Amino acid sequence: MERKIRIVMAKPGLDGHDRGIKVLASAYRDAGMEVIYLGLRQTPEMIVSAALQEDADVIALSSLNNAHNTIFPRIIEIMKEKEIEDVLLIGGGIIPKKDIESLEASGVGKLYGPGTPVNETIDYITNWVKKNRR
Amino acid sequence: MKKFNYKDIFINKHVAISRAISMVENNDSQVAKFYDKIYKYSNEPVRIGVTGPPGAGKSTLVDKLISCFINDNKSVGVVAIDPSSPFSGGALLGDRVRMSKYSENNNVYIRSMGNRGDLGGLSRKAQEVGDILAASGKDIIIFETVGVGQAEHDIVNAADFTIVVLVPESGDEVQLMKAGIIEIADLFVINKSDRPGSKRIERTLVDILHAVSTEDGFIPDVMSSVATTGVGVKQIFDKIIRNIQLFDESGQLEKRRLRRYKNRIKALVVEKLEGIFWDLNRRRLFKNITSSIDSVANPPNSVVRKLLLNFDKEVK
Repeated sequence: MERKIRIVMAKPGLDGHDRGIKVLASAYRDAGMEVIYLGLRQTPEMIVSAALQEDADVIALSSLNNAHNTIFPRIIEIMKEKEIEDVLLIGGGIIPKKDIESLEASGVGKLYGPGTPVNETIDYITNWVKKNRR
Repeated sequence: MKKFNYKDIFINKHVAISRAISMVENNDSQVAKFYDKIYKYSNEPVRIGVTGPPGAGKSTLVDKLISCFINDNKSVGVVAIDPSSPFSGGALLGDRVRMSKYSENNNVYIRSMGNRGDLGGLSRKAQEVGDILAASGKDIIIFETVGVGQAEHDIVNAADFTIVVLVPESGDEVQLMKAGIIEIADLFVINKSDRPGSKRIERTLVDILHAVSTEDGFIPDVMSSVATTGVGVKQIFDKIIRNIQLFDESGQLEKRRLRRYKNRIKALVVEKLEGIFWDLNRRRLFKNITSSIDSVANPPNSVVRKLLLNFDKEVK
């Protein structure tokens, strides 16, 4: 049987705008992925622990509250602690270009802004998993 | 691929448990190498099933029960199942939304699964996943089924003790008298009992249950809760513990495990046969035969006969 892509999706911290992430979660489900949806107000520890227990291939975060420079590096740090640094961490939301550049340079996967075609992100995830996961 | 050592399962290393579960889910050929070694632990924990209609509050109740078990110094494994799409094969697994406060507790392990086409309320691999959690030393394993209707009762083949969660709107007397999930409960929970009608459904259920004859004379209790606020949860927890103990003393637990074991063998035979049957040749044959069909006039059995031709020799 073909292995399913497992993706953990969450909104970290105090950020209640979850319309976007819900649209994406449904799109990824329709693309054949198993979406483990964690919902609102997740701490980095909660997100990484879920990704670990769920054997996720990808962690996808929605960040609309300008906390990205705190959240993403912290998650990378805990992923290393818990020995799951081979999981892809990606995100979307309102993230300035210069922050995207520095975060992507620090080991975060692609970060997308508003208006990105959904299929572009699906292709990126699918190709990454094909190339990098077992 | 990351290094995997099945022995890490025994020391509760989450990375290893997590990998092992995926291997089981994906029918990985490596599973055969370690499964027999972990199987011997599989009857140590008590397995609790939680089932009921969608939105009845199963996940919220499970979340509250996890807290009770932790306070009782028990470690808990949870297998939470949600439906996979029959069209895309994808799934939105949302049970974790209500179970997020245990991330720092190493004695709690929660795993979400898509049912991947299994229609009995579970996933085909749910029991094996339970075995892995058992080998990691969990005292309690909770299976949460997909939201069920009337007839998805595979949970009895996975659990020692089954809780059916209903809501005040769950139906009138005739609905409750029907066969199916009503028959599998060891304990009924009327959740959201702060809503109107909860006393009525509770009384109706009690009446019906007293009129039913069971082989061992056991009449399931009917309890009520408001899982979101925790009302009634402690009483439910105490009842679960007491009843499991009674089952253990009366030999009922052992009897159930034996029945489960037999049913599991049957299910595995079916799975094996299916795997052998749908080999590459037969998948091709199916495609060839069906692609030339342009009407539904012939009885489907005529195609089935063509596919089954010579299969008996193959199995031997």
